[in-house]
Amino acid sequence: MFLKENVLLAVAGLKSNKVRALLTMLGIIIGIGSVIAIVSIGDALTNKVNDTMSSLGANNIVVSVVPRDSQSSWDKVDDSDLLSREQIEKFQQKYANEIENVTLAAGGGSGQVKDGRLYANVSVQGVNEGYQAFKNIKISSGRFLKDRDIDQSRRVAVVSDKLIGKMFKSGVDPLGKEITLYSGDDVSTYMVVGVYKYEQTAMMGMGGTADEDITTAMYVPITVATEHLDNQNYSDFAVKAKSTVDSTAFTKTIQKYFDKLYAGNERYRCDVQNMEDMMTEVNSMMGTISIAVAAIAAIALLVGGIGVMNIMLVSVTERTREIGTRKALGARNSFIRTQFIVESIIICVVGGAIGILFGILLAAIGVHLLGAELTVSIPIIFISVGFSMAIGIFFGYYPANKAAKLDPIEALRYE
Amino acid sequence: MSRVIIEMHDIYKRFYIGTPNELEIIKGINLQVNEGDFVSIVGASGSGKSTLMNMIGVLDRPTEGEYLLDGIPISKMSDNEMSDVRNRKIGFVFQTFNLIPRSSALKNVELPMLYAGVDGRKRVARAKELLEMVGMGDRMYHLPNELSGGQKQRVAIARALANDPAMILADEPTGALDSTTGRMVMDLFHKVHREDGKTIVLITHNNELAAETDRIVTIRDGRIVSDEPGAGKAAQLCS
Ligand SMILES: Nc1ncnc2c1ncn2[C@@H]1O[C@H](COP(=O)(O)OP(=O)(O)OP(=O)(O)O)[C@@H](O)[C@H]1O
Ligand SMILES: [Mg+2]
Repeated sequence: MFLKENVLLAVAGLKSNKVRALLTMLGIIIGIGSVIAIVSIGDALTNKVNDTMSSLGANNIVVSVVPRDSQSSWDKVDDSDLLSREQIEKFQQKYANEIENVTLAAGGGSGQVKDGRLYANVSVQGVNEGYQAFKNIKISSGRFLKDRDIDQSRRVAVVSDKLIGKMFKSGVDPLGKEITLYSGDDVSTYMVVGVYKYEQTAMMGMGGTADEDITTAMYVPITVATEHLDNQNYSDFAVKAKSTVDSTAFTKTIQKYFDKLYAGNERYRCDVQNMEDMMTEVNSMMGTISIAVAAIAAIALLVGGIGVMNIMLVSVTERTREIGTRKALGARNSFIRTQFIVESIIICVVGGAIGILFGILLAAIGVHLLGAELTVSIPIIFISVGFSMAIGIFFGYYPANKAAKLDPIEALRYE
Repeated sequence: MSRVIIEMHDIYKRFYIGTPNELEIIKGINLQVNEGDFVSIVGASGSGKSTLMNMIGVLDRPTEGEYLLDGIPISKMSDNEMSDVRNRKIGFVFQTFNLIPRSSALKNVELPMLYAGVDGRKRVARAKELLEMVGMGDRMYHLPNELSGGQKQRVAIARALANDPAMILADEPTGALDSTTGRMVMDLFHKVHREDGKTIVLITHNNELAAETDRIVTIRDGRIVSDEPGAGKAAQLCS
């Protein structure tokens, strides 16, 4: 009843005492803000991780060499601790029935492909033939790297259509052409054997890089990429199991195989994980974080609600005479109750709205730092607003009822 | 003979009932006021004038006795019915003005109509008309703290008239004003009485102002000790 008047009155009340209103709202702002921020960041992270992992495929299994003692660092690692190509091939042959392919990859750093005034930023990735299926790379012309390129350390490269667009005139067939890579002090030339279709990934979405300066992957044989490194062997590789294989069971089998292989190594061992398990792990971790945050937020909101109740009680006392006057003018008890509950709701909803904005801002910063993409869930905003209203009603009821029940005479006599 | 609007029989009011310091403030009052009368109530401080006025205004119930307002017994009314009676039939004017602090003059005058469920446009039109009538047409959008005492009291009178009540109850309305401003306020009551035929009950400590009214009721220690016609009545009789 008299909703519009009551809202206007409440807003005028808040405006007339901004500092007090803000302090009152603080608990609500912090509570709602932290929920929005953490839920948004959590969603963004889960999405990013799940995206990455599902793009890799659930039946991918990653084998990596890790120190036995998690405290010890990697600095004493040498080729004898890592996996050699022979070891990997031997493993691959043993499980030829279960394995579709094996992926090797090594980062070769970043650089620029230049030709006169034309240039394109690239990140050089040393890979093997299996990498194409592993990363689901779509070739638009030419071919992907073959095992024989790797075996012979050929200086060939597969580059993005973006790079081609920048480095070659349209109509020119880039296949078989040479490109020059400047990477640090190194200058090397590669022959283009294939072009893949560049797809912007979620992780790069917030980068804010101009299209001009975008960095795309340039794939070269892994043997070429690791030529200048100290270690020629591999610290990890990925196995793509055949679709008929139970990846969880196969993961265990692989773990046993490498445990045996590394039985004699005191410092290192192999860790075998499949994507499905990792995804479950990440998701359950997110779940735990969410519960912890929900608990913190609940406490903040409880404290906030008590703050609102406190200020409403003060407000009722301060306005005792006003309440008496309203009653003398014919306000029923229920009108007074509504007036104060609306005021309490307004405080909470305004606080909630500020909290939502504040939370989104925090989430945007957090997500940016994590390199993920911000998605604001609309339901959580509605839930937050609804929850703020509920707090307003719950904690406003007692003061409002107290106001409603004031005896008009007592209220008018109040000094 | 005009209609009786206030009819009180053997009214008593006690406070702290059932405790050792029980106080009897109103001690058996019988009072009848006719519709259209301008009555003043005078008496020493603490004699029980305000207490009586609160009962006339249906803000409070008598401890004992029967009060008929416009023929309807108050004792049988619920709280909500009492609110509605105050809203429709009574307009209060207080010594301390009691305007709602964060509402403009216009909003203050609208308030009784809001509680009566009058729709917005009618409310504003009537409130403006009343503010013009009390000479506050140019201050409608001002907040109470931007108005002088006399201006506040004029807004309060406009507010008291909002729902066109049968009677106006004013408890020392000039008590906080200097004599000139008090005079203006008093003239306004006379105007409302004369032109709209409102019943007015006025509590005052100022005997000159009381003398201008139709009837002067004197209270001492919770009892009516005299009830005589004032100059207003005499003027009427002469004319
Ligand atoms: N709610 C109450 N509880 C206790 N005592 C009260 C109450 N209301 C009034 N009284 C007492 O009743 C007596 C009369 O008070 P009241 O306000 O009616 O006097 P008054 O005639 O209006 O005086 P004044 O001219 O000073 O306004 C006073 O002694 C006051 O203390
Ligand atoms: Mg008094």
